[in-house]
Amino acid sequence: MNVSFKIWRGDANGGVFRDYATECTEGMVVLDAVHDIQRTQAPDLACRWNCKAGKCGSCSAEVNGMPKLMCMTRLSELPLDKPVTIEPMKAFPVIKDLTTDVSWNFRVKKKVKPFKPRAPDAPDGTWRMWQEDIDRVQEFRKCIECFLCQDVCHVLRDHQMHDQFIGPRFLIHVAALEMHPLDTEDRIEELRNTQGIGYCNITKCCTKVCPESIQITDNGIIPLKERVVDDFYDPLGWFWRLLKKLLNR
Amino acid sequence: MPDYETFEHDVLVIGAGGAGLRAAIEASAAGARVGLVCKSLLGKAHTVMAEGGIAAALANVDERDNWKVHFADTMRGGQYVNQWRMAELHAKEAPDRVRELEAWGAVFDRTKDGRILQRHFGGHKYPRLAHVGDRTGLEMIRTLQDHGVHQGIDVHMEHTILSLLKDGDRVVGAFGYERERGRFKIFGAKAVVLATGGIGRAYKITSNSWEYTGDGHALAYEAGADLIDMEFVQFHPTGMVWPPSVMGILVTEGVRAEGGILLNKDGKRFMFESIPENYQAHTADNEEEGWRYCQGHKDARRPPELLTRDHVSRCIVREIKEGRGSPHGGVYLDISWIKQKMPNAAEHIKRKLPSMYHQFKQLADIDITDEPMEVGPTTHYIMGGVRVDPDTQMTRLTGLFAAGECAAGINGANRLGGNSLSDLLVFGKRAGEFAAKFARENSQGDISKDQVDVIARQALEPFDRNDGENPYEIQKDLQELMQDNVGIVRTETEMQDALKQLRQLNERANRAGVIGHREYNPGWQTALDLTNLLIVSEAIALTALEREESRGAQFREDYPDKDERFAKVNTIASKAADGSMQIRLEPLPEMPEYLKQVIEKNR
Repeated sequence: MNVSFKIWRGDANGGVFRDYATECTEGMVVLDAVHDIQRTQAPDLACRWNCKAGKCGSCSAEVNGMPKLMCMTRLSELPLDKPVTIEPMKAFPVIKDLTTDVSWNFRVKKKVKPFKPRAPDAPDGTWRMWQEDIDRVQEFRKCIECFLCQDVCHVLRDHQMHDQFIGPRFLIHVAALEMHPLDTEDRIEELRNTQGIGYCNITKCCTKVCPESIQITDNGIIPLKERVVDDFYDPLGWFWRLLKKLLNR
Repeated sequence: MPDYETFEHDVLVIGAGGAGLRAAIEASAAGARVGLVCKSLLGKAHTVMAEGGIAAALANVDERDNWKVHFADTMRGGQYVNQWRMAELHAKEAPDRVRELEAWGAVFDRTKDGRILQRHFGGHKYPRLAHVGDRTGLEMIRTLQDHGVHQGIDVHMEHTILSLLKDGDRVVGAFGYERERGRFKIFGAKAVVLATGGIGRAYKITSNSWEYTGDGHALAYEAGADLIDMEFVQFHPTGMVWPPSVMGILVTEGVRAEGGILLNKDGKRFMFESIPENYQAHTADNEEEGWRYCQGHKDARRPPELLTRDHVSRCIVREIKEGRGSPHGGVYLDISWIKQKMPNAAEHIKRKLPSMYHQFKQLADIDITDEPMEVGPTTHYIMGGVRVDPDTQMTRLTGLFAAGECAAGINGANRLGGNSLSDLLVFGKRAGEFAAKFARENSQGDISKDQVDVIARQALEPFDRNDGENPYEIQKDLQELMQDNVGIVRTETEMQDALKQLRQLNERANRAGVIGHREYNPGWQTALDLTNLLIVSEAIALTALEREESRGAQFREDYPDKDERFAKVNTIASKAADGSMQIRLEPLPEMPEYLKQVIEKNR
């Protein structure tokens, strides 16, 4: 069947939705339609993609207003009696058409303190970890960095607080490091002070759009918030923190 | 004369998958100022698609494993045309490279005693693949990326390199453009490492993304390096075949390692029918033994589904050709049958193969815990590539190094699953180490503006041809030609015809036109990619013609058997003075006695 699309075309100076149509065959995903349109009607239509199997997180866009990976969104899941709209993510500046400038994410990650393992457990320089202790961290490490959670987070999308809040993706990154059984680094202070964990008010929009079904809020952000509270607002925790600081001096 | 933005690095790494990142980390740790060029965003390279695991003889699961067995397995899988020294270094160094990833934060699945778990894979005698479910590649690239960004590497994202730059016979940098603004850039470097991956986009059905257009192969070839073994293209036995839009997407060998079986439309497990002679002693002769092997029984031999990829692909093609295929032109791969063997099979499958479960559920409406998948061969990997020194990874051009898929030697005529990720780590590290050393010992070379201007002018030509041919159409025709004429089953007639058509495609590529402007223009990128695709396609066709025998991934219908004449030679493709591609055969270096004995002992 022939399907109509409205695809946003433009750049940082503005743009418009343009109409396209293409044949839809069985099993087709939105990215296939974009490729067909690119090949036959709009060779300069800019979009990112790589693996086409939901593993690289490149083809993030908003399909009918919903943040999606285009490669994992089947056309058969969408109402096709009206045009399917495709537009770029809104939390980031547009480069061209469906591509946005996501470089902020890479800068943020650089500022998170890196992994710092304890001394090896065995004389051969290796460690011992138990599967049940790494299940949670492995859940977080499934993240494909599609940045859809960043796109939908109102702190970034609506309030544009990119300089005060690192967003769900990097809270999960911090959680993966903090809950790594071998890690010895402490990232709690900057979570509160510079990374803005307090801005998250647990609306769980990020969890809803995660293509990897990571329980971002429940399993990652809330436990981190608890650690911040324990360290900064519990008198015992506060004292312990002070002691640690003095000892480290 | 236009001015170009210029960057100076000690070491320039082109490509940011596993090999490129590992090389960049090593060079940077050695004190070099490193530039890393990615064709896409950082962390999106094809390494993320690797599913099964990293092959390394850690001997965590089976204490009988060691580098010698891994070496012998790799050589047997490659039909003994591998570069033996690379296979040796790879087998010896892979365990350290895996342990190093753990020290950098990777979280592998665990054994019951808390060590890195290893799984079975095709052609590996013992369970050898360190893994994280079926998303090992993601774990690896993220670990390297997160470690690398804290080392002060300059990352140039979304850049395409158009040409290497030379000062006499020495490579002294590269010239390319950045996607966002479409501006040209010069990268001056004391040493350059190519780590650009494969050539999958030369074929219609492929597991590779748009990036894999043979860039490193073509850049090196154009600069004067040798390409070897280009006829050996790996068709992975199990790609998705239905629905059409997902054709070619990879289905990990891990499915078979966990007990998945291949069936034809009559429900027959056809892989038991023809087991190659040199694998008979290692292969189960009944279904029960095969299952026991997958369950880790040390006295059992592998099921025939875990024979090498070249063989499994050919058996699947045979079933399809002889009319015993599945409705959509594949065969069935069934993991759901294991529910007869274990309680909670559905949970087990979802735990061991989460992304396969997800992929089939979402893209094909198939619940793999309950019904079989339909699969068929897909272009996956090229064993051939840039010829390098096995120890240093330097090419025959001074200052130019290559590592990972775009380099060649370790895999011979067929690569074992899991050996790719370990190859990236072992030789990525070596390339970075020796590139940094070279950079320390040499000063920056001279880059002539004239040579750069010529490349820039050529790259912009498609914009002058507003009515030129659509580059996407040319790419599509090329992919169909290679799929049909230089695919899994090859004949001289078809390949001669392919060469004729490649010449026509070359002419069409010279007339390709693009519309729009230079900023983030995928049409322009597609037009530029054609050059490299055409070079590697010609190299594949010519070397496949030259090797008049069937060995490993190369299957010639007109020469269906192995031939002693080709048992100890590599094919070499290089650029002649008149600009034509020249093919010659060269004898393999003689294997030392101690390695011959290792192979003999592990027969």
